[in-house]
Formats: sequence, C-alpha cells, structure tokens
Amino acid sequence: MTKTTIDLPPKGGFSFDLCRRNAFLESQGTKMPKFRKTGTTIVGLIFKDGVILGADTRATEGEIVCDKNCEKIHYLAPNISCCGAGTAADTENVTDMVSSQLELHRYATGRDSRVVTALTMLKSHLFGYQGAVSAALVLGGVDVTGPHLHAVYPHGSTDTLPFATMGSGSLAAMAMFESRFKEGMTREEGIEVVCAAICAGIFNDLGSGSNVDLCVITKGGKEYLRNYQQPNPRSYTHSKGYHFTSGHTAILSSKIRALRNQVRVVEGDAMEEE
Amino acid sequence: MRWEEEGMKQNAFIMGNKLMGSNPHAFSLIMPSIPITHTQTPYVTGTSVLGIKYKDGVLIAADTAGSYGSTTRYKSVERLRPIGQNTLVGATGEMSDFQTILQILDRLIITNAMFDDDNTLGPPDIHSYLNRVMYNQRNKLDPFWNTLMLGGVKNGVKYLGNVTMLGLHYVDDHVATGFGIHLAQPIFRNEWNEDMTLEQGTKLLEKCMLVLFYRDRSAINKMQIANITEDGVKISEPYALQTKWDYEAFSNPTVGNEGSW
Repeated sequence: MTKTTIDLPPKGGFSFDLCRRNAFLESQGTKMPKFRKTGTTIVGLIFKDGVILGADTRATEGEIVCDKNCEKIHYLAPNISCCGAGTAADTENVTDMVSSQLELHRYATGRDSRVVTALTMLKSHLFGYQGAVSAALVLGGVDVTGPHLHAVYPHGSTDTLPFATMGSGSLAAMAMFESRFKEGMTREEGIEVVCAAICAGIFNDLGSGSNVDLCVITKGGKEYLRNYQQPNPRSYTHSKGYHFTSGHTAILSSKIRALRNQVRVVEGDAMEEE
Repeated sequence: MRWEEEGMKQNAFIMGNKLMGSNPHAFSLIMPSIPITHTQTPYVTGTSVLGIKYKDGVLIAADTAGSYGSTTRYKSVERLRPIGQNTLVGATGEMSDFQTILQILDRLIITNAMFDDDNTLGPPDIHSYLNRVMYNQRNKLDPFWNTLMLGGVKNGVKYLGNVTMLGLHYVDDHVATGFGIHLAQPIFRNEWNEDMTLEQGTKLLEKCMLVLFYRDRSAINKMQIANITEDGVKISEPYALQTKWDYEAFSNPTVGNEGSW
C-alpha cells in the first residue's frame, strides 16, 4: 500500500511533538525543571532629550534568588537598548539575536539603526513563536527621527508609549509613573522618577530586588549606569572587614607536595610537542 | 452562629430527634442526598478600598462601582457604611455578601444597644467580631467573598485594619484592598507620614484613586471619601477626579513610523 502523504521537510519554529509526553510525565509526578525568570521590574520613559530605561537586578529560579545582581538592560545598538522581563534565556537570546541582525543591517545600509527596525525584528520573531518565547521587553532608543519607547509583549504585540513598565513589579512602578510623570522632564527629574519606580518594584514586589540599573540614551550617546542605586546593602558587616590570618584554625599536620613532577630526560630525545 | 441555622438544611434530615429524644443538639447526623455546594464565584463586585490614618483620625476612600463580570453594571453602589458611632466599614468583592454582613453588624449594634449601659462597640471590637464571622464562614467552605476594611477613632485611639475572606486580619497605618494593594500601597509606603493633615491625607488618597482609575478596569471616576474622627463618621457625596489624557505622545504615537501601531 503506497503512502498517500508526503513527508515535508521540517519548517522553522518549534516542534511541539514532545508536549504530550511532557504533560503525561508531569501527570505521573515528574518535577519539571524551573525556568530562571527575571521576576522583575523594568521601566522606560521619554524625557526632554531622549529616553531613560531602568531595571532592577534580581533573577529568580522559582522561589530562590539565583542572581542578586544580574543585568537586565541589554545592548541592541550604539543608540538602542532593551530591558527584558520573563524567562532570562529568552530575553537574552532574543536581544542578542536582534543585536546581531541590527549590526549586519547597519553594514548593509551604512546608516545608524532605527528603533522601529529593532521593534519590527523583535515583534515578528516573537509572533512567529506564538508566545512560546516568553520575553516581555521595554525597548528604547534615540535615532534620526527622535526618541522612541516601545513595550513588546511575548505574543508579539507592541505599544508605543511615553512611559512603560513591564514585569511582576510593573504595577508598583506604574503607580509611581502615573502619579509623577510629566512630559518634557529634565534628565535629573527623569532619573528621579525612574529610580522611584524601580525602587517601588524592588520594595513592594517579591520578584524584584537588589539594585537599580539605569540607561540614559540621548542624541549625544548612551550612558549605562550600572548599579546607579544600591538600596539593599548587606545589613551586618564587620567594620574592619573580614581577615582570616593563619592561626585562626589549628593546624594538626602539614605536607607539601609539588603539583607537577619535574621530569628530567637523562638519555634519548625529549618528546616533541605536537 | 444562630443566624445561619435557619434554612440551611435542604436535602438533609436530622436523625437525632427520633433516636435521642427532644434535644436535637445532642446528636444529629446530617446526611445530604446530594453534596451541598456553595457559590464559588462572586457576581456583582466592588473594587478596591483605600484607607490611611492621619493626624485627627482615619480617611477611607472607595469608588461607587458595582461590576457584573466585565461590565460596569451599577454606578452608585455605596461601599462605605458607618457602623455605630465610631466606625466605618468598606467592602471589596461580592456586594450581596456585604449586604448580609451589614445586616449581621446591624444586629450586633442593636443587641449591644439593648444592654443600655453606655458602652458602645468601638473599631477594635467590630474588627474582632468581623474576623470571627469571616473565619467561621470560611471554615464552612462557604466564605463571604469580601475583603473588608475597618477604620475608626474611639477615645482618641485611631484604628485601621482589614479582614479578608479567609479570615486573615491585620491593622496598619495605611491599608488597601483589591488592586489597591498593588497600585496604591507602593505610593502609601513612599508618601505617608504620621502627621498628615486632612487636606494632605485627602490629596494622597485622591492621587491613589486616580492611579486606580487609570489602571484598574473595574474602577470608575466616581468616588467617596469618608472621614472618621472622634466626632463621628462623615461620608462625602460622590465626586469625580480630574483626569489627564492629553499627553502629546498619545496624540501621534507613530510619528516617524507611519503605519505602525
């Protein structure tokens, strides 16, 4: 009996073949590995001269904080940056990929990248994966047409806004923005509002914490202010620091052994290094 | 509790009476013919209530919306009610359960007044009573689907607290329910201080209610503020807040990228 169907070569995108098997395993009690999510509060706002992006620095794996000081503001182009919330692998890889594509595009066109180019690349990629790539991004930058700020959602929709927040701490941050945002703020005022929003996320949301990262983008250039504010220092530190001189622990016996034996060739040729 | 013994025993019969004589409480076997289930979802709901203590008393604010799922069905629901002389109760969640709770509190106040001994129930007493009511209902797996906020001043002591539908209760200087927890608490934690005047307190609450109107889909721009001081409870008439929709960026968001969204 000849086959009536033709096996087409696999097209791009995810193959969902294993989903049923995974669901079965889960129902049998297998524990699925937890994703490293960035929990997160990420924000962006447009001020008089450009865009300010802000992010917290906590990365969580389920209920545990796996990275106390991770970087959530990713590089896309010399004039464009992107904050990422959601699954850390997805945000990092998607921004890396678009960053490479933008660089190739710059070589091909001979021009600086535009924010809408990055936006279109991100949204078509995410839409193609139908939300399986769990990346929620705040994309901001300044190009020849002016400052731009966009919010990109995992399913591929985008918003163009004067101020945006994403992540689990987005409500706390948005409360700050809605009560303090004004159009045409100066750089200092903008930084203050962004810091207030990120701190609201840090202190009121469990998925966000540690420090405040900022990125100020203007026509003149980009300024990445890593750990601009550190409102969560270690509570108890020894004022003189911690030094453990020898004698703190009793030494019962000591033996010194060379790590590498020195071999002297007495006769014959030494082996040639290949 | 006595008030729930009437009318609850459909599909059930009490054997105790026949076996043990005339004392039905000594032994009763309730055997329903089908499992008794209770309502699992709320229908007409009220959204957040916000409360803060200020210098002279307590301020509590709520909007007057009663949502029916995703539609704003009732726009003049009074979710703030005075209880006795010194207390105010505000409710989030199922409005029919709130009305039942108001009846229960009414009975409590009247029963207490009948003692006629110049002792009135103050906010801590009502808080404790409501906690018992909510917790006992929850233990029957038939909760009152509300989060209640209670505030008042009695004998110079300001009191403000919450009771949730599970029977969790707590007091604090500033509290919120519903969406207010996510949107208003961060602002309270930043900007509240102990010696706020009535004006400052009102402005703070209005700022938070505005954020809630912008970002909570079940909120409407019609709110009431209640001011409870030693002199009593005063609930304002419903009024609206000034909103701002004319950001320049909203007027033409796709400038530089025509055809996009």
